[in-house]
Amino acid sequence: MSDEVRGEWPLYEVFVRGKRGLNHVHVGSLHAPDDAMAVRHARDVYTRRNEGVSIWVVRSDAITASSPDEKDPLFAPSGDKVYRHPTFYEIPDNVPHM
Amino acid sequence: MSSAVAEPELAAQFDATVRRKDRIEPRDWMPDAYRKTVVRQVAQHAHSEIIGMQPEGQWIGRAPSLRRKAILLAKVQDEAGHGLYLYSATETLGVSRDELTEMLISGRQKYSSIFNYPALSYADVGTIGWLVDGAAICNQVPLCRTSFGPYGRAMIRICKEESFHQRQGFELLMTMMRGTDEQRAMVQESVNRFWWPALMMFGPPDDASPNTEQSMAWGIKTHTNDELRQRFVDMSVPQAKALGVTFPDPDLKWNEERQAHDFGQPDWDEFWDVVKGNGPCNAQRIAHRKQACDDGAWVREAAMAFAEKQKVATA
Ligand SMILES: [Fe+2]
Ligand SMILES: [Fe+2]
Repeated sequence: MSDEVRGEWPLYEVFVRGKRGLNHVHVGSLHAPDDAMAVRHARDVYTRRNEGVSIWVVRSDAITASSPDEKDPLFAPSGDKVYRHPTFYEIPDNVPHM
Repeated sequence: MSSAVAEPELAAQFDATVRRKDRIEPRDWMPDAYRKTVVRQVAQHAHSEIIGMQPEGQWIGRAPSLRRKAILLAKVQDEAGHGLYLYSATETLGVSRDELTEMLISGRQKYSSIFNYPALSYADVGTIGWLVDGAAICNQVPLCRTSFGPYGRAMIRICKEESFHQRQGFELLMTMMRGTDEQRAMVQESVNRFWWPALMMFGPPDDASPNTEQSMAWGIKTHTNDELRQRFVDMSVPQAKALGVTFPDPDLKWNEERQAHDFGQPDWDEFWDVVKGNGPCNAQRIAHRKQACDDGAWVREAAMAFAEKQKVATA
């Protein structure tokens, strides 16, 4: 048997859609030997009370993340673009439906 | 972890985040001592959920009715789930599940002392739900706002589930109190045994809890042990009255001035003795966990081997 067989089951991240019309949301993680078992475990661990209508699982090592620092330059371009928000524009009170 | 920023600056950012009562996330820089404290506390919490299945789990096969059996099964299954949420929260800090299990079995990490007391009758299933889960709720509700993000999120999920645990226990005891004299005596006897260990669940008195101050400064803990113990006593007294049982404490009485109950101190020598491993069930609890782990090893290996084989087949 290979080393991996003897090791820990890989880690999966679990995403649950609470109900139709909502996004899948990250709820936590778990260990499973393969994708199919990860879905079954996710059902038992994260949806014992009808918390979901759909489950996604993805191996944690398949996720690419941005840098952990919130002040990362990655997010800087959106910092100074206040004109992307509706509140940037002043509209007189007597203009309806806007 | 980023090498470009100097440590004092990172420490200042960390302190500012904690001061804002914002959350620390796993990949943030954090002081080593903070990381160690969170790992110790969350792992101990996870172990408590896992070991906590044992006293009640023994009664699943002997439940008095199908209804009680289904309830107890669901409750114990929840505790397994709580253990899993908390283990994954711990693992975000780079400790592996195998290491955690090993540290539990070797005794290097602790679990709540309450689970070293036996469940001797079915009334104990009710008392555990009412008082032990009740004390756990008291501890856990404030932890939903703890500074380490994954811990707080696990606690929110857990707290949602705990209320069923406490209510099923109380309802079980109410049912027994409506029964025979013998059943009422069983309930009172059970409450007598669990009251003091339940008070111990909040940990030693504040002046004997050296880590509390630092944990509170870091926002890991938000209340002291004594504050939570007081809250629990004040919540439990009217519940006991509604149930028709008493607590085995001659010093327990309402203090009008403090608008709170005065109460006696648990036997702290007994507490430390149980923590050191000399409780009625310490050895049995660990032996059982170790056996479950050993007995399950071939299943874990077989599942991995099957997954490997499928991979090769589809490649
Ligand atoms: Fe629990
Ligand atoms: Fe519980």
